[in-house]
Amino acid sequence: MKNVSPPQINAGSMADIAFLLLVFFLVVTTIDADAGMFRKLASMDEVESQKIHERNILNVWVNKEDKIMIDGKEVELFQVYDIATNFIENPKNDVLLPQKEWKTIPVLGEREVSKQVISIQNDESTSYGQYIAVQNELARAYNHLRDQLSEQEFQMTFEELKKTGAIEKANAIKTIYPMRISEALPIVSTN
Amino acid sequence: MASKFKKDDGKGDPAISTASLPDIVFMLLFFFMVTTVMREVDLKVNVVVPSATEIQKFKNKSLVTYIYIGSPTEKKLGTSSRIQLGDAYAEVKDVGAYIETRRGEHDEAEVPLLVTAFKVDRETKMGIVTEVKQELRKVSALKISYSTVEGLASN
Repeated sequence: MKNVSPPQINAGSMADIAFLLLVFFLVVTTIDADAGMFRKLASMDEVESQKIHERNILNVWVNKEDKIMIDGKEVELFQVYDIATNFIENPKNDVLLPQKEWKTIPVLGEREVSKQVISIQNDESTSYGQYIAVQNELARAYNHLRDQLSEQEFQMTFEELKKTGAIEKANAIKTIYPMRISEALPIVSTN
Repeated sequence: MASKFKKDDGKGDPAISTASLPDIVFMLLFFFMVTTVMREVDLKVNVVVPSATEIQKFKNKSLVTYIYIGSPTEKKLGTSSRIQLGDAYAEVKDVGAYIETRRGEHDEAEVPLLVTAFKVDRETKMGIVTEVKQELRKVSALKISYSTVEGLASN
């Protein structure tokens, strides 16, 4: 019996098919990995006017012309970071800056924790871009202090700490510098 | 002299094998399949999200509900900011109901993990954003995220 080899299949159009699939995926998908700034809103039940001592609160206002005022003084965007860092840390135990209290923190032991709260208020016509820019500066202040403490205690940045899965250590740092940014309702003028 | 520049003897170049072309294209295809995600919706509003440096990536995209706010892409609808939920324009009062339907699509155990992401144009006025935030508080959807791109803060 003669040995008949099967006819060859023409693979010339394989590339075309693959290209078709490729183009399909290029069209229906997006490459952007979504990222954002995570915040937690205050729940409705929480009393709006909790009693917070004046020295423990940093009032950041962004007005309708996108100008920034912190505790009654007009400041530029680049100053926000320094003011916030100084406020959260209160390195010299200034009587006008937040009070601190001793707390037992897992891993780190007895530490002073500041009672700081940052309140950011905006006008109705504040631009979203400026609002986010201010939020970003405040977050940068927190992250800087967390990094600093983390480097000091564990010889790595806060980000690295989280990546290596040292959750207890990361939580200890978060307890010392909790990110308390209150997004209060915009002020409604009452006159 | 003439013999130095030989004329084409008619044989031509040997054909380049294209047998590996499909393999290359498949490789590209798999690269794109792995690195990209499906487009969620067709945008009906113009959104250029602000840039920021202190950002985190979403851990689980299926838990994210997007709210788009920006000027409408259709010129005849004017330039004032509009909200887009899913594939359609919506009003502030629709936000609560939309969040509830999104919750219905998930298990109860996942509901507390749901995040609402604001994709808001940087030129938008905060008024509309604040109203939406109030609506979210009413339905206790308290976890939010301001979508940003990585980069130096603008404005």
